[in-house]
Amino acid sequence: MTKYIGKSIKRVEDKRFITGQGSYTDDIKIPNMTHAYILRSPYAHANINSIDTTAAAEADGVVAIFTGSDIPEAIAGVPCGWQVDFKNGDTMKEPPHPLLCRTKVRHVGDGIAIVIANTKTQAKDASELIEVDYDILDAVTCPKKAAEEGAPLVHNDVPNNMAFDWELGNPKEEVSAAMATASHVTELDFINQRMVPNAMEPRSAIGLYDTAYDKYTLYTSTQNPHLIRLLMCAFVLGIPEHKVRVVGPDVGGGFGSKIFHYVEEALVIWASKEIGRPIKWTSDRSEAFLTDAHGRDHITNAKMGFDADGKIVALQAYTYANMGGYLSTFAPAVPTYLHGTLLQGLYTTPKINVDVKAMFTHTNAVDAYRGAGRPEATYLLERLLDLAALEMNTDPAELRMKNFIPAFDGVEQEGYVTQVALQYDSGNYEPVLKRALEMVGYEAFREEQAAQSNGKLLGIGFSTYIEACGIAPSAVVGALGARAGLFESAQVRVQPTGKVSVYTGSHSHGQGHETTFAQVVADRMGIPLEDVDIIHGDSDSVAFGMGTYGSRSLAVGGSAIVKSVDKVLEKGAKIAAHLLEASADDLEYAEGKWTVKGTDKSVGFGDVSLTAYVPHNYPEGLEPGLDMNAFYDPANFTYPFGAHIAIVEIDKETGHVKLKRFIAVDDVGNVINPMIVDGQIHGGLAQGIGQAMLEGAQYDDTGQLINGSYMDYCMPRADDFPSFEIDRTVTPCPHNPLGVKGAGEAGAIGSTPAVVNAVVDALWKGGFKVKDVPMPMTPERVWNAMQS
Amino acid sequence: MIPTSFEYKNAGSVADAIGMLGDDGQILGGGQSLIPALKLRLNSPGVLVDISKVDAIKGISDNEKSITVGGGATHASIASNADLDSAAPMLVQAAREIGDIQVRNRGTIGGSIAHADPAADWPAVLLASDANVMIQNKDGKRTVDIDQFFKGFYETALEEGEVITGISIPKSGFNKNSAYAKFKQPASRFAIVGCAAAVDIDGGVVKEARVAMTGVSECAYRVTAVEKALVGKALTAENIEAAVGDVTEGRDVMSDHYASEKYRTHLASVYAKRALKKLL
Repeated sequence: MTKYIGKSIKRVEDKRFITGQGSYTDDIKIPNMTHAYILRSPYAHANINSIDTTAAAEADGVVAIFTGSDIPEAIAGVPCGWQVDFKNGDTMKEPPHPLLCRTKVRHVGDGIAIVIANTKTQAKDASELIEVDYDILDAVTCPKKAAEEGAPLVHNDVPNNMAFDWELGNPKEEVSAAMATASHVTELDFINQRMVPNAMEPRSAIGLYDTAYDKYTLYTSTQNPHLIRLLMCAFVLGIPEHKVRVVGPDVGGGFGSKIFHYVEEALVIWASKEIGRPIKWTSDRSEAFLTDAHGRDHITNAKMGFDADGKIVALQAYTYANMGGYLSTFAPAVPTYLHGTLLQGLYTTPKINVDVKAMFTHTNAVDAYRGAGRPEATYLLERLLDLAALEMNTDPAELRMKNFIPAFDGVEQEGYVTQVALQYDSGNYEPVLKRALEMVGYEAFREEQAAQSNGKLLGIGFSTYIEACGIAPSAVVGALGARAGLFESAQVRVQPTGKVSVYTGSHSHGQGHETTFAQVVADRMGIPLEDVDIIHGDSDSVAFGMGTYGSRSLAVGGSAIVKSVDKVLEKGAKIAAHLLEASADDLEYAEGKWTVKGTDKSVGFGDVSLTAYVPHNYPEGLEPGLDMNAFYDPANFTYPFGAHIAIVEIDKETGHVKLKRFIAVDDVGNVINPMIVDGQIHGGLAQGIGQAMLEGAQYDDTGQLINGSYMDYCMPRADDFPSFEIDRTVTPCPHNPLGVKGAGEAGAIGSTPAVVNAVVDALWKGGFKVKDVPMPMTPERVWNAMQS
Repeated sequence: MIPTSFEYKNAGSVADAIGMLGDDGQILGGGQSLIPALKLRLNSPGVLVDISKVDAIKGISDNEKSITVGGGATHASIASNADLDSAAPMLVQAAREIGDIQVRNRGTIGGSIAHADPAADWPAVLLASDANVMIQNKDGKRTVDIDQFFKGFYETALEEGEVITGISIPKSGFNKNSAYAKFKQPASRFAIVGCAAAVDIDGGVVKEARVAMTGVSECAYRVTAVEKALVGKALTAENIEAAVGDVTEGRDVMSDHYASEKYRTHLASVYAKRALKKLL
């Protein structure tokens, strides 16, 4: 039954990608199409006194120019998809996020006008003729400073710039009381810096209004076309949903940044009807730096208390989370339900409290970015643990072993109930760390480290993480403020010849669904992989979908596919029983055919599917056709986990850090395609290590992004890394049919603190007892740490 | 990322190119600095004169007393040139560390020094090599001593309407014994600091030394104090340590978000020592 599952089948989608035949939004050309350029604010905070488009409107090729005041008042802007209210019950502050600014700009890159012309060059040239009169105002970019008395207000009706404050876990008094009993308390102030997602394909959107059918089509580089349709139709433009088709064609990476509904999508749809022509807008790289929703940006203070045996007795965390100028689609969930809920980690910590203040600042919006909240939680816990081990002069691996939650499979043993609102599905944590220690050769490394004497400092850093993936049970997230369900849908359409088209609501933008999902279907149906086609991304062909993010595609979307396949096989069995003149209960299905148990009488899948569409000799009362829908709402999140170890070498003279080795042992549950999972882990590691060592958006005090290009913002490259050493353990998920947990974010969640811990370890062992080196750990920052 | 419109002209020869420039023309070499500037609309010439297909200035030729590197020679062609590797290895070392493969395949040495980015590698290497810059204009040809070429922040002795046709590298004792060491800005891979060192050793002691820094200040410069301190002594780690003091003295040291003035000053000394120690 598993001819394909567990095999590293080469990705079927790669032929078109590698040969340049993918079709991305910007590749799509529609007759009579116009091109848009969006004039953006060069200031972080300013009042708009006037916008003069007269000269621009007369420029060559210009079709139309719209400013904020041209957009009807009824179109207030794009909504937020998650509501997190204040601790005291007050409603979350959710100021409008207009399609174009009317009177005020709130970050560099905020849209002022859309210039539509026959060519993109004409649109851009004309935009330079628009005269905007600004009154420049003081800006605030730091979420902590934004909370200070007298800080410039991002929204006049949001006091102290606070979108909401939030708390989770045990009452603070209980945590303080437990902390007071600790024999050692480790405290750390740190910044989890702002990241720019940098998908390879910049965002792009085409709006098309068809007068003949009174129907709109939006092509957009998105991770979830149906959700964009829902948000745009119901909450932004007030267009009936059945009159809108949203297509997310080939999409070149998202990392979270293409989950969200962006103003440009609604703008091109609205304006396409106004001008009666299709409009394409494609972001350039500079715009992408300024306007693709950023990630992370937390300022945190955290304390972890230990008893005399090294057992954790309490954890208290305070975080200021930067929301940017507006609330992006999922932004409120990231520092709260995707962060605070993970602070149990892999440990038996009995008292935990997390307190989060979500702040508006004059910066681009911050939202989910690979890992979304879980890297922040992991960073917090794992930095504290390694630092505590240094402070207590104990071994960081042993300290973790001592605190691990004992193994539980979620079947024989109950799932583990945390202090922070979750119940883990299944877990077995010691083996991942033991395997990683074995791979690194831990004892030998410590000896080598102690003997090091060549002007270099060697260090080792650990991170043992857990994540909540496969999001998510709709009722649970609904209770936590989600304004949507997080199920997934699938349709399995069997063609008369027995070939299978699978329509999934998951969206592939690099994950390899066309291969992995086909492996699942082909095995379950016992048919060749080539007979299965995976179709996604078009709201006119896929019934519904909640899209791809939070490592959910296989766990949730794959489970919906399995349900559909099972329904097909159930109906097929009835047809087969009729053809075999047997009872369906007496049949068994294997290798693509139904056999009457204990006999050699059988009928193949192709014969059954043909019969379903040519129902001459057919069961009475059964509908023709073999085409089944299913929706799957997961029973719980899934909880992948793992152990990562970094080994670094610091050049004492320059502070340059060389990552010498990186070991990752991850448990993502069952694995369908090991090669694709390895690829996901490698990519995640590159992003996570990139955050530790190289990347980070830097706004100056006036709100200018000072490293908004690849000359300044350092993306990791292959030669920045050693060859990753990876392995896996397998603890199946007990509550979905595939036993899978998700692998897309693991690398980015686990790796970051391991690298920083390794640098801090190297510094301590070299006699520099610093608690932290801020990320990205540039050579100068590491050098500074050695100057004290 | 769309430039303003310009006229594109493809030159068949250097003389052709000079004739095509007109009032607001600009020479396009490999385009590795100019094209990004055009795309960001930081630069908007009326005419772009492409000299990348002028074969006469792309070669590297070994003459008796010098090696001539064409102004249009790419970094990649320098990186793989055996004659240079033997006569002036620091050129090959520097070329191998410029940008990435795409940059090295397109970018040219003439384009780089004409642009005179304060963090570019070539200025330090050419200063240390005692090169001559060969220039052509509408009236003919002239040669500029490298010590007179770099004038300041993106500023050189090159005048309007001139094209760099080649760089002449003497086949000297110091060039034969030369090295380049660089601390890279991780994103652009330009030099935060770079040091080129060329030392002629005769009878066990330093006869002549040329040491130049880039990335430190508004333009590359020679560190004559270090050069003088080395002459007459054996080239040893101890003597290098003693000779290299503050190599930024008298310079306005740059400060940016990758390296503060203090850190850059420190790195400059570290890399001056490292370049020299590569010659041990």
